[in-house]
Amino acid sequence: MLAKEDLASFKLEQILAKYTYARDFFISLGINEIDPNLTVKDFAGEINYDVLEDAGLNREQLIVNFLAFISRMEALKKSSRNVVESITIIGGNDKFGNAEHINLELKVGEVISIVGPTGSGKSRLLADIECLAQRDTPTNRQILLNGEVPDINKRFSMENKLVAQLSQNMNFVMDLSVQEFIRFHAESRMVANIETIIHEIVSCGNELAGEKFDQDTPLTQLSGGQSRALMIADTALLSLSPIVLIDEIENAGIDRRNAIELLVKEEKLVLISTHDPVLALMGDKRLVIKNGGISKIIDLSEEEKYYIDILEKVDKKMLNIRNHLRTGGVIDDKIISGLTGQ
Amino acid sequence: MKIITVSGPPSSGKTSVIIKAIEYLKKDNLEIGVIKFDSLSTYDDVLYKKIGVKVKVGLSGNICPDHYYMTNIEDCVKWGMSENLDMLISESAGLCNRCSPHIRDVLAICVVDNLSGINTPKKIGPMLRLADIVVITKGDIVSQAEREVFAFRVKQSNPRASIIFINGITGQGAYDLSLHLKEANEYESVTDKKLRFSMPAAVCSYCTGDIRIGDKYQTGNIRKIKL
Ligand SMILES: Nc1ncnc2c1ncn2[C@@H]1O[C@H](COP(=O)(O)OP(=O)(O)OP(=O)(O)O)[C@@H](O)[C@H]1O
Ligand SMILES: Nc1nc2c(ncn2[C@@H]2O[C@H](COP(=O)(O)OP(=O)(O)O)[C@@H](O)[C@H]2O)c(=O)[nH]1
Ligand SMILES: [Mg+2]
Ligand SMILES: [Mg+2]
Ligand SMILES: [Zn+2]
Ligand SMILES: [Zn+2]
Repeated sequence: MLAKEDLASFKLEQILAKYTYARDFFISLGINEIDPNLTVKDFAGEINYDVLEDAGLNREQLIVNFLAFISRMEALKKSSRNVVESITIIGGNDKFGNAEHINLELKVGEVISIVGPTGSGKSRLLADIECLAQRDTPTNRQILLNGEVPDINKRFSMENKLVAQLSQNMNFVMDLSVQEFIRFHAESRMVANIETIIHEIVSCGNELAGEKFDQDTPLTQLSGGQSRALMIADTALLSLSPIVLIDEIENAGIDRRNAIELLVKEEKLVLISTHDPVLALMGDKRLVIKNGGISKIIDLSEEEKYYIDILEKVDKKMLNIRNHLRTGGVIDDKIISGLTGQ
Repeated sequence: MKIITVSGPPSSGKTSVIIKAIEYLKKDNLEIGVIKFDSLSTYDDVLYKKIGVKVKVGLSGNICPDHYYMTNIEDCVKWGMSENLDMLISESAGLCNRCSPHIRDVLAICVVDNLSGINTPKKIGPMLRLADIVVITKGDIVSQAEREVFAFRVKQSNPRASIIFINGITGQGAYDLSLHLKEANEYESVTDKKLRFSMPAAVCSYCTGDIRIGDKYQTGNIRKIKL
């Protein structure tokens, strides 16, 4: 182990051997040729003035940033996957100021659905969890991590980004193909077996999507459903965040049940805000929101579990009718009896 | 008086983020002033006035806005002191990626947005590389993976900075920023303080008003493209 303080006086050869990503730091500054026999200090001393100008750093700042880069990347490599076992929601008040009598612990591996009328505060609850609210949001809720008040550094530090979010408004904006995009993401996570993970995510995304896509499809050409499917597969397999918040992804033409199962299998706590009956019943627990407060917590019963299949069938029938109309079909007796009969 | 410099590319969300953070600070009854630097015009002062903070606008016209900033910051701080402000925030659009308004020991914030493309953190220069806090906005409209890749690129460019994710529209994340603002160093004057990075020497013949094309007219600090 090279001691951090005097890393700057080690030869680059040694540093590059130990921290393979160290070269990226120089490349990102436009410095492609590195003399391995020099120490970081001496190397910084020899860098051309024009190069420094373009990098926007002087020699001293370059060394400081280089050392910070190494320690930050090391911190990043340490997985934050197992740092969260549970979160606890401690009630605040609803929109009328009435106390919300809640003390609810949610564990990793659970699926929680959130239901309630439009404007009732479902997205607000997800937002409270996302920012680990400490009675500092309009709801005055407090969120605990592993039963404790999260320390301030955990709240701020990016290495410990605890929450991944998926919502209907989110789109891919990068001008890349599916595989290039996954490669970038994998590199930023410093994953070793990049080809394998690309393959896994693409095939997983395809299992979830209605229509198939291949790894050379440009991201921006994916349909809404395909984008959502890829986002879920990527979040499950590449994102470190142990908590996943999903805000209204229904109607996206994806295999919802498989998608949720995939996330749970990866040891994540999944919260879904939804108006969709099938998704609502996928929660082990269902939080009912009214006037900005959690008004009821319902545990999924055996009876409800049994009815999910039937709801899914009805849902599929409605979907078929939609496709039928979309492709120029008309509604007739046969279609209606197919819908109402069993 | 606490002094904070906020910079970032145009439309990255600077005004939105500052306003959301100020809304939290107002709960502490702080007297806050904003100096808005821009090149030709701005409507930001209207937005700032609306939330009840004191605001002054400086338009740089035909000079680099950051050079203009540097020659005026001392007076701006004097103004802030005379208004008895608890906090003075400067907002300047980094139009020239090479200059940056960040001053040593004065809390320096750079605002970048997720839509600007993953190569942006590399391109911005000292404005991003030497900031203490990098705020990343517009995460609400891109995928989780793109947020993660973008943040990684920011970390590569500025490994020292704290990164704060803020939604400029809902204000999500702005509370965290407001806590950082409260920790900013206090100064009564910035006279004799130093920039974190030099601003490029504007001393070629075109700086001094020449408009003719051709080698023979070019004098001073000149760099030629390698073709
Ligand atoms: N307890 C509360 N106190 C004060 N304001 C609240 C509270 N809960 C929610 N709000 C506010 O009410 C508004 C509507 O809430 P939100 O957007 O979360 O609704 P929603 O259930 O997600 O609606 P939709 O189904 O239309 O997406 C938001 O501005 C939110 O901040
Ligand atoms: N969707 C979205 N839009 C944002 C966000 N932050 C700012 N904006 C919008 O981006 C535009 C530019 O923001 P503004 O604060 O004026 O940027 P400035 O030029 O850097 O001061 C405005 O229309 C904002 O409403 C954000 O987090 N998400
Ligand atoms: Mg909502
Ligand atoms: Mg602005
Ligand atoms: Zn400039
Ligand atoms: Zn010039």
